[in-house]
Amino acid sequence: MGKHFFSETDIKSAWELVSTAFWQRYPNPYSNHVLTEDVVFREVTSDNRLLSRRLFTKTNRMPRWAERVFPGNLSRTVYIIEDSVVDPGNRSLTTLTWNVNHATFMRVVERCVFLGERDRPVWTRITREAWISSGLFGLSRPIQEFGLARFRSNQAKAMKGLEHALSNLQNASTGSHGDSAEKHKNLNSASKAQKPQQYI
Amino acid sequence: MNSVGEGCTELKREYDQCFNRWFAEKFLKGDRSADPCSELFLKYHTCVQKAIKEKDIPIEGVEFMGPNREKPGS
Repeated sequence: MGKHFFSETDIKSAWELVSTAFWQRYPNPYSNHVLTEDVVFREVTSDNRLLSRRLFTKTNRMPRWAERVFPGNLSRTVYIIEDSVVDPGNRSLTTLTWNVNHATFMRVVERCVFLGERDRPVWTRITREAWISSGLFGLSRPIQEFGLARFRSNQAKAMKGLEHALSNLQNASTGSHGDSAEKHKNLNSASKAQKPQQYI
Repeated sequence: MNSVGEGCTELKREYDQCFNRWFAEKFLKGDRSADPCSELFLKYHTCVQKAIKEKDIPIEGVEFMGPNREKPGS
């Protein structure tokens, strides 16, 4: 059946800023596992939505027991497709991300929606969902457990990376305004371990 | 950020810079004038496609938003 992950996070940043930061989030101090990033397809539809496909190369971190089971069998890099639709009319950005190789060993599909909140215009709700499955007979359960743990840790890094990109944009755009009264308020507990990053 | 094609990173950087400006200053503001980055994209795209082919990265023919689990039965 596979494992399922779900999380909802509200961040105090306008959707326009979040969607701008989305394209500029790499590299960041939490993205050492991301090696390359490319746009392989991009189009604006007649109803003014931006469709993009990006290709990422990431390191393929495996559990030690799996490396013993598959010695030298798996290459060190994993290719990942990230398809996205930006719909400024609805203030939504929807992404679908999945690995294209090593998919029998483990397939991770992530769906993420960044939605500008109607009644709170400077807030964005991030809904993240993932499905982790493995087609390896007899080993699928431990692989999925490992995959879920790795996904959790990577998505925490992804949130920190996005916050980092947001704070960079914020610093670049405000510069002299210096309105530091706006307090960082992040409901994502994962990012609390690090020193707070400020963004709108 | 590096491109998967070692020789494409500079082209990518130029395109990204153009895109990021267009996205924030035109697209999000509803400005539908001609895409100022299409020439840069074409150059970059040609370079990346070559690298993808050379490295045998299996993304050709993959449907957009392919494994979307929202649709039942997919």
